[in-house]
Amino acid sequence: MKALEVQGLMKNFDGFAALKGVNLSVDRGELFGVIGPNGSGKTTLFNCVTGTLRCSGGRVRFKAREITNKAPNVIFKMGLGRTCQLIEVFPQMTVMDNMLLAIQEVEGSMLRRLFRVNEHANMEKALELLEFLRISHVTYEYAKNLSYGQQKLLDFGMVLMSAPELILLDEPTCGVEIEMRQQMMQHIRELNGRGHTIVVIEHNMDVVMGLCGRIAVLDSGEKIAEGTPVEIQNNQRVIDAYFGAEE
Amino acid sequence: MVNEKRQTKWRRFAACSFCLPIILASPAALMHSQYMLYLCSLTCIYMIGATGLNVMLGYAGQISLAQAAFFGIGAYTVALLGPKLSFWLALPLGAFVAFVIGLGLGFPSLRVKTHFLAMVTLGFNIIVYLILVNEDKWTGGPYGVFNIARPAIGPLSFQSPALYHVLIAVVTSVVLLLALWMLNSQWGRAFKAIRENEARAELLGVSLRNYKVMAFAIGSGYAGLGGALIAPLFGYIDPTMFALPFSFQFLLMVVVGGIGRFEGPLIGAIIVAILPESLRITQKLYPILFALAAMLIMIFMPKGTVSGVDWIYRKITGKEELQLTK
Amino acid sequence: MLEQLLIKGMSIGAIYAMLGIGFCLLWQTSRLVNFAQGEFVTVSAFLILLFYSVLKLPLFLATFMGIVAAAFVLGFVVKKTLAEPLMPRGNIAFVVGTIGLGFLVKDSLTVFVSAEALPFPAMIPQKPLHYAGAMFSSLDIWNICVAAVMIVSLHLFIRKTKPGKALQAVAQNRQAADIMGIDAQKMILLAFVINAVLAAFSATLVAPIYMVKYDMGNELGLKAFYAAIIGGFNQVRGALLGGFLVGLIEVFTAAYISTQYKSAFVLLTLIVVILCKPEGLLGTKEQ
Repeated sequence: MKALEVQGLMKNFDGFAALKGVNLSVDRGELFGVIGPNGSGKTTLFNCVTGTLRCSGGRVRFKAREITNKAPNVIFKMGLGRTCQLIEVFPQMTVMDNMLLAIQEVEGSMLRRLFRVNEHANMEKALELLEFLRISHVTYEYAKNLSYGQQKLLDFGMVLMSAPELILLDEPTCGVEIEMRQQMMQHIRELNGRGHTIVVIEHNMDVVMGLCGRIAVLDSGEKIAEGTPVEIQNNQRVIDAYFGAEE
Repeated sequence: MVNEKRQTKWRRFAACSFCLPIILASPAALMHSQYMLYLCSLTCIYMIGATGLNVMLGYAGQISLAQAAFFGIGAYTVALLGPKLSFWLALPLGAFVAFVIGLGLGFPSLRVKTHFLAMVTLGFNIIVYLILVNEDKWTGGPYGVFNIARPAIGPLSFQSPALYHVLIAVVTSVVLLLALWMLNSQWGRAFKAIRENEARAELLGVSLRNYKVMAFAIGSGYAGLGGALIAPLFGYIDPTMFALPFSFQFLLMVVVGGIGRFEGPLIGAIIVAILPESLRITQKLYPILFALAAMLIMIFMPKGTVSGVDWIYRKITGKEELQLTK
Repeated sequence: MLEQLLIKGMSIGAIYAMLGIGFCLLWQTSRLVNFAQGEFVTVSAFLILLFYSVLKLPLFLATFMGIVAAAFVLGFVVKKTLAEPLMPRGNIAFVVGTIGLGFLVKDSLTVFVSAEALPFPAMIPQKPLHYAGAMFSSLDIWNICVAAVMIVSLHLFIRKTKPGKALQAVAQNRQAADIMGIDAQKMILLAFVINAVLAAFSATLVAPIYMVKYDMGNELGLKAFYAAIIGGFNQVRGALLGGFLVGLIEVFTAAYISTQYKSAFVLLTLIVVILCKPEGLLGTKEQ
C-alpha cells in the first residue's frame, strides 16, 4: 500500500491552471522530495492534498483511502500532517499552547476536550519535544516573540506532537541559518528513521539532494521528471526548467 | 514546572469563584438607593450577554447582531410561561430555547464571514422583532407583557430589589465562572486558534464546524439566560427593548471593553450600563456623548478599555497583562 | 394592478439601488462596511433643508449647495476623521465606529435641530398619473429618472474617465493598483465622495414623501445593505439589481401578503441568498 497516491490532480484558479494533471506516488517510509521553479505548483499540490483547496480534478489517496476534497481536519485526523511555507504558528498563543493545540484534536470527543482529559500527559510530551528541539527555554513565551528560526522549530515541533504517519514539509529550511538547517535535516532524518513517511518541498538543492531518496520535479503545474537525486541532477529537462532552455 | 503552572491556574480559579459572587452581590447590602441597585442588577445581566457575545466574537471570531433577539426569546419565555410553569422552569427553558435556536443559526454562520454574518444575524434580529410585534395573540404585540412576577422559593420571595439582585448576582457568577472554565479548557485553545488562523487550525484537526456552531449556541444561550433574568427585573417587556439598538449595545460592550479577553465584556458591561447614567447630568446631551465616547475609544484604544487596565497593571506589577484566560 | 406595483417597486428600488451602489463602491475600494449609510441620507436631507428653509435659497440652489455640503461633510470629513484612523484597526473597529456615528448623528439631530418630522419640498410637482389602468405618482417616474441618470453618469465616469478607471483598479486589485502608483487613499476618498453624492440625491427623492426626521435613515441604511448583499457586493451592477429587487419584493409583499411583514420577506430573501450564493446574485467569488 502506498502512503500517498496522487492521480491526475488538477487545480484551476479562475482560468489559470496551477496544476495540470500531476501524478505522484509515495511509498511508506520514503523520504520524498518535490522541487521546481517558483510558481510551479508545489504548494498548491500540498494544499490540494491536505484539503485546504478544492481540486478541480483528479484524485488523492492516503493509505489507499480516498481523501480527495475532504475537510482538512478530517484528513489530519487520518494521520496526515503538514507544515506551511509561511510560518503559521499562532502568534498570540504561547509556545506551550501551540504545542498542545497540535495534539488536542487528534482524538477524543468535544466533550472530553471540555474536561481537559490528557492535558497533563500532553504537556509533558510537549516539554520533551521542546527540549529535544532545544527551544524549551521559550516554552511560555508568546509565539510572536520568537525568532524566525525558533518559530520554524516550533512549527516542526507541532507536527511531531501528533506524529502523523505522513508528513508534508513545505520548505522546512527556508530562511533558516546554516546551523539550524543542519539541525532540521537531522530531525527530518530521525523522523523518517522512526518510520514516518515524509514529503518535502524545498528550494535548497543541498537539502533536497542530501535528504531525499526520490525526487519529483514540477514545472508550470506538470511533473517533468522523477527519480533519484543523481538522475534528477543530470536530467536536461530539469536543468532547462530552472535555467531556461538554450535557444 | 508543568504542575506548578497548573496549580497557580487552579488557585486563581478558586479565588475567582470565591470572590466573584461576593463582589457581584455586595451592592444588595451596600446600596441604599433602589435605583443604584437596579443599575447593578442590570450590569450583571449585561455581563452575561456580553460574555456570551465575547465567546462568539472575541474567541471564535463570529460577529452576531442578534444578541437582543435572544434576550427577547429568553425574556418572553419567562414572561409568557413563567405564570404557567414556574419561574424556575421557565428560566432554564428560556436559556435552552435560545441555545437551540443559536445552534440552528450557527450552521448558516459557517458559510459566511464578518459583514455577511453581521447581516444574517441582523436580519434574524429584525425578523424576531417583527414576530414579537405582530403576533399579538401570543406575544401581546407592541404593548408587550405586563406584571411579570419575581420568583419565589416557597415562602422566600425575591420580590425585593435587594434579594432579586442577590439571585441575579449568584446566577451571573455561576455563568461567568462556567465561561471562564470553558475558555481555559481545550475549547478555549481551539477558539483562540480559530480566531487567529482558521485555515491552520483546521489543518491541525480543529473542526471549525463544531467549535463555531458551539460558540454561537453558547453565546445565544447566555443571551437567552440574560433575557430570562431581565423580564422580572423590569416587570414589563415589549418588543422595542429587543430591537437592533440593543444588539449594538452588546457589540459595544465587547468591543469597548476588550475583545477576546475575559475581563473585556465585564468592563464593557459596566461602562455601557453606568456611563449613560453618569452622563445624565449633561441631560439631553448624554446619548451624543456616549456615541462620541464609543467612537473615540475605537480610535484611540482599539483593543478596548481593558488595554488601559493592562497599562495600569503593568505599571504596578511589571507583568505584561493580567490574563484570566490563556 | 401589476403595472402599478411594478412602478412603485422600481421607484423605491431606484433609491435603494443608488444607496446600495454607494455602499458597494465604499466596500470595494476600502473593504469597509458603512453602518451609517442611512444616516448619510438623513444628514444630506437636513443640509439641504438648512440651505432652503434657514438660508432661504431657491430650491435648485439649495439642493445643489446641500449636495456639495454633503459631499464635503460625508465624503471628505468622515473619511479623514473616522475612516482613516479606523481603517488600520480592523473591520470590527470600523463597524463599531460607524454604528457609533449613526447614533451620534441621530442623537445630535434630535437635540440640536428637532425631534419632529419636517416637511421637504419635492423637486417636481407631485401629480397623480394614469397609464394603462395603473395609478402612480409623478414622483415615482422622477425617482426612476434621477436614479437612471445618476447610475449612467456614474457608469460613464468609472469606465471612461481617468479617476474612474483608477477607482476601478483599486476596487478590483488593490496590490496591482498600488504597484502602478495609484494612490489608494485618494481613491477611497473619491469613493466616499461619490457615496455622499448618491446619498444626497437619494435624500432629495425620499424626503418629500417620508419627510425629514432624525430616524429617516434607519430603514434606508438597512435596505442599502440588503440591496448590496442580495445583488452582489463586489459588482456595482449587483447593487443595482439588488436595489430594484428589494423594492419590488417589498411592494409585492405589502400588496399580496402583509404590510407588516414586508421587511421580513426581504430578510428571508437576504438570508437565502447569503446561504446559497454568499457573494450575491451577480457577485463573483473571492478566493
